[in-house]
Amino acid sequence: MAINELLRDKDITWLKSGGTDSDVVIASRIRLARNLRGEPFPNRADFNQLAKVLVATDGVLPELEKSMGMPFDRVDVERLSTVQREVLIEKQLITENLVKNPQHRAAYVSDDRCISIMVNEEDHLRIQCWAPGLNLDLPMSTASTLDDLIESKLDIAFDEKMGYLTSCPTNLGTGLRASVLLHLPGLVFTRNVGSIINISPQLGLAVRAVYGDAKEPVGCLFQIANQLTLGFSEEELIENLKSAVTEIVAHERRARKALALYRKEQLEDEVWRAYGTLAYARLLSEKETMELLSKVRLGIDLKLISEVTADCYADILTVSRKSYLQNLAENANMSKKEIDRLRARKTRQALLDHRVSAEEHP
Amino acid sequence: MLCDDCGRNEAVVHITQIGPDGRVEKNLCEKCAAAYGEFMATEHHTRNVSMDDFLKGIFSNHTDAEEVQQAGQRELVCPSCGMSYRDFQQSGKIGCADCYKTFRQQLEPLLRRIHGSSLHRGKIPHRTGGTIELKHEIGMLRQKLQESVAQEEYERAAELRDKIRALEAQLALKEGGAADGNQ
Repeated sequence: MAINELLRDKDITWLKSGGTDSDVVIASRIRLARNLRGEPFPNRADFNQLAKVLVATDGVLPELEKSMGMPFDRVDVERLSTVQREVLIEKQLITENLVKNPQHRAAYVSDDRCISIMVNEEDHLRIQCWAPGLNLDLPMSTASTLDDLIESKLDIAFDEKMGYLTSCPTNLGTGLRASVLLHLPGLVFTRNVGSIINISPQLGLAVRAVYGDAKEPVGCLFQIANQLTLGFSEEELIENLKSAVTEIVAHERRARKALALYRKEQLEDEVWRAYGTLAYARLLSEKETMELLSKVRLGIDLKLISEVTADCYADILTVSRKSYLQNLAENANMSKKEIDRLRARKTRQALLDHRVSAEEHP
Repeated sequence: MLCDDCGRNEAVVHITQIGPDGRVEKNLCEKCAAAYGEFMATEHHTRNVSMDDFLKGIFSNHTDAEEVQQAGQRELVCPSCGMSYRDFQQSGKIGCADCYKTFRQQLEPLLRRIHGSSLHRGKIPHRTGGTIELKHEIGMLRQKLQESVAQEEYERAAELRDKIRALEAQLALKEGGAADGNQ
């Protein structure tokens, strides 16, 4: 079982830098909610019915692997330990909802980790696809291909007027949730992020801080997603999100430019202090790591730091998470200090791994 | 003074939380206080809860008036999964695909409140969808036809009318074909 690799792996392809607008947009995600006709939705299904759904979807898995041209890991949630479940949640491959009642819950995760299909989450099927940077079209077309393939084998619950039928009426219609992960240090430092959060509902979008809360976002990471799913086509929903993101990206760049212009010395000092702490600290808490990491990323994107590549960001984001470290140490009962120590060690290692060598960096 | 949370160690950190229930003062030991300060990704969880509550609020508010009207009638129950409309109001979750048929009348105004629309305009499954794809297109064209008539764009209206006729002929052919196939 390749599950160990899935857990210990620190390469999350879709977190890698290099996509479109990757100085601001970390990643793009598409999620489709689908249900099988004939069985009640997971919240109302008994074990027998859930098992039936899982057997049916397991039957389609070989086809999915064939059409995507790579193997998928089949993750049986019931057989995972609590820490293992937490690691997969940290990596966003599964959700808390899926592990709440682990019986007959599973996920199919593609070899490149850019596709995860959850079975018996809130809906029978949750197809999730990711891509690095601002790129909603690629994951949308992948998700749609997977959806077509599943639909050709299994009867999907669909209504002429209401569209794809989902467990929660907020997903009804397209069952689509398109979201974008944004790194907005400029807007956070210039205190402009609040206005974006306030305006977004008027555009049918929802913005939330990924870590911490809206008043005190940690790591300046935000997710923006469509709120409406019914009454618009998939293209319209995605287009609406894209245009809002493009606008936010422009605002963020303007804010960074202003910071670099008017507060150059302080900014330079701050990003280098952050780099220094990450590179030499012996104890790092999760919160501190995320805050420093955000500054280092800003430093790299503004070309103030050229000692490491932007890819260290994805690595540290993954290896600094609590459950990831606990799983790595094979010890679910580590003290906070032990975790902080291991986190600091892994962070230093990640920075070394992504150092720009002397020849490339004069 | 001992820690309010674990009751074992000496309290060294004193915090005041101001929340919906008013002021709460807490005296904590270093260990428990660290757990408070430590930020966790569990925050999604609480968000889901509040989202559910919010939905429940919409659903039940909406039907209060209706319930009075329907008081005399028997309660609606989905024949497939046994979910009643009351269950839905409480959980905010639908039970099965057939519930949408059973509760269509109640759900439609609700959907308009959540999404501003109650008509799907997105993707249609190729196999299970059957002739829906065609029907949808005809429906959309009809809507456009009405708009052009209202705006007195008769040339465009005539074009649309011809298109609709052609599609309707196709639809009749397909449905006729399907019926023949079944016999």
